[in-house]
Amino acid sequence: MSEHDHHDGGDERDDQDAVELSPERFAELEAEVAERHEVEERQLVAETSEGAQELAPRRTTSPGGLRQEVGAVLRLPEGGYVDPSDIDIEERDDQTMIINMGPQHPSTHGVLRLMLELDGETVLRTKPVIGYLHTGMEKQGEELTYVQGATNVTRMDYLSPLNNELVFSLATEALIGIELPPRAVWIRMLMSELSRVASHLMWMATNGMDLGSTSMMIYGFREREMVLSFFEKTTGLRMNTNFIRPGGVAADLPDGWEDDVDILCETILARSFEYDELLTGQPIFRERTEAVGSLSAEEALALSATGPILRSTGVPWDLRRTMPYLAYDTIEFDVIVGTYGDNFDRYSVRLNEIRESIRIIRQIVEMMPPGDYRVQDRKVTPPPRARIDESMEALIHHFKIFTEGFRVPEGEVYVAIESPRGELGCYIVSDGTSKPYRMHIRAPSFVNLQTLPLLLRGGLMADAVAVISSVDPVMGEVDR
Amino acid sequence: MSDAAPTAPVAAASILPEVPRLPNHLVDQLAFPRRETYKAMVAAFRDAGFEMCADLCAVDYLTHPGRALPEGVAPERFEVVVNLLSLSMRQRVRIRVQVPESEPEVDSIVDVYPGVDAMEREAYDLIGIVFTGHPDMTRILMPEDWEGHPLRKDYGVGRVPVQFKEAPGPR
Repeated sequence: MSEHDHHDGGDERDDQDAVELSPERFAELEAEVAERHEVEERQLVAETSEGAQELAPRRTTSPGGLRQEVGAVLRLPEGGYVDPSDIDIEERDDQTMIINMGPQHPSTHGVLRLMLELDGETVLRTKPVIGYLHTGMEKQGEELTYVQGATNVTRMDYLSPLNNELVFSLATEALIGIELPPRAVWIRMLMSELSRVASHLMWMATNGMDLGSTSMMIYGFREREMVLSFFEKTTGLRMNTNFIRPGGVAADLPDGWEDDVDILCETILARSFEYDELLTGQPIFRERTEAVGSLSAEEALALSATGPILRSTGVPWDLRRTMPYLAYDTIEFDVIVGTYGDNFDRYSVRLNEIRESIRIIRQIVEMMPPGDYRVQDRKVTPPPRARIDESMEALIHHFKIFTEGFRVPEGEVYVAIESPRGELGCYIVSDGTSKPYRMHIRAPSFVNLQTLPLLLRGGLMADAVAVISSVDPVMGEVDR
Repeated sequence: MSDAAPTAPVAAASILPEVPRLPNHLVDQLAFPRRETYKAMVAAFRDAGFEMCADLCAVDYLTHPGRALPEGVAPERFEVVVNLLSLSMRQRVRIRVQVPESEPEVDSIVDVYPGVDAMEREAYDLIGIVFTGHPDMTRILMPEDWEGHPLRKDYGVGRVPVQFKEAPGPR
């Protein structure tokens, strides 16, 4: 369809155009075309978009936003700025294409939506669009008592629910100022490490699937299921267990737990070497992971990336070691670091962390102290079930805890632990009532997702899947 | 808690000693800059070896105005809370800035720590603090056309019917 058909509609003009076109007329037509394209674009966008949250064409993006999206802010020396027009000056909107990946895409691990600007097969700009799984958990946390709170937070990072409960409980206990009996601490550590193993196994499975290794997916899920059956035996549930609560844990470990854990450790450790054989030595896997999605330590720090992403760049930062909580300072383990910060380093960091976790778990089994599994403070934890039949007071305490909860002194606290994905923080403001005044979770996936534009930049579209996978986002935690 | 022992307040104390602080607060050092000096202070901390901004969030103190603040800091409705982390010193510092209700704006620190990009957007989305100088101050978790900021205390839970975008309205 030619432009003048629409706008002029005259036959005699048609002939004129074919013969000669004055420069003014040409410019006029061009302007008309551009305007119509813009209208069409707006209409298209209006049908599908979230508006300003999306990746906009270059000409409508602010210079600051463009710098952000191409990661130019990071590559500059401190305080320096480039002329915004210098950024990819050779790229024009009509040479590139903005496409949507997700939110319904099998390799985005949930409902992550990426808008990618492509030049052929090369990714230039990326913008993660999130919020599809936003369920207002922080708001809900203000409506629930501290007793109920663990049930809420456990649903955020659904691949390692016990770590969420742990950080929430630690923050609450820091505000109350109670000391836990050693057995409670060690049970927490055991569950936290098992949770890390399960989460990393799940990552191995999905990462394998994204890179075309279906066997790895089956293996990863199989081994993870072993851990989850142990959770089921201990807590009653496979996931979202609400097992770690303010004041201790919900129940003691079941009889014969040492044997179960021993078998778990032995099997998973042995099989981790099979994964080595299946993936590490395989040329296709290596080619798809090595030197793909590299990140430097400075960039990772600037972007607040933590966990395996930060460690893969060579920074030995693991909160279990550097700012120990629970009883990690009494346990021997190595902090795994990489060198290049590429996909392969992130893979090997996680694989080796499974082995380190197993080393930790074996020490826990040996050193597990006897005693109470929760603090015997009737204001914080309910009395044993048997006491309720005998003691009126116990009944009252039980009733009070489960209807009103317990009061927490005024104050605010930020507690952070090392979750499988990085620094999982919990910021609680208490106004002295039984509900948090404000509960904020610093979700590692949410922050780590910011590295994606940088990791993907300049890479191939086909590698995007591998890179997303290696960042290991859990959308439940990203959106909360 | 085994990590309850307070770390030595080396770096935090040496920076900007005139900044009011609360003593012996759990584990972290606290600092309360004024809104005008907030960005400069964050930059000073970065230069003093706090390599990472671990967390940034906002709090609405509408129904809890009487929280503990050091002398000379007037409570305002909003507070922006920044958690900085020093890897080399293994230390955290928490910066709390008072932001008035009449003008819920504060300087963006995205130039100092690029990693607060998403966190500032989240604080804008959920509490409604505008970070001036942020290149992309848009909603991040809520839909673009959402009205109000859900984590504010005067935003009633359940008051607004859940409405999916472009779906026909309730009967």
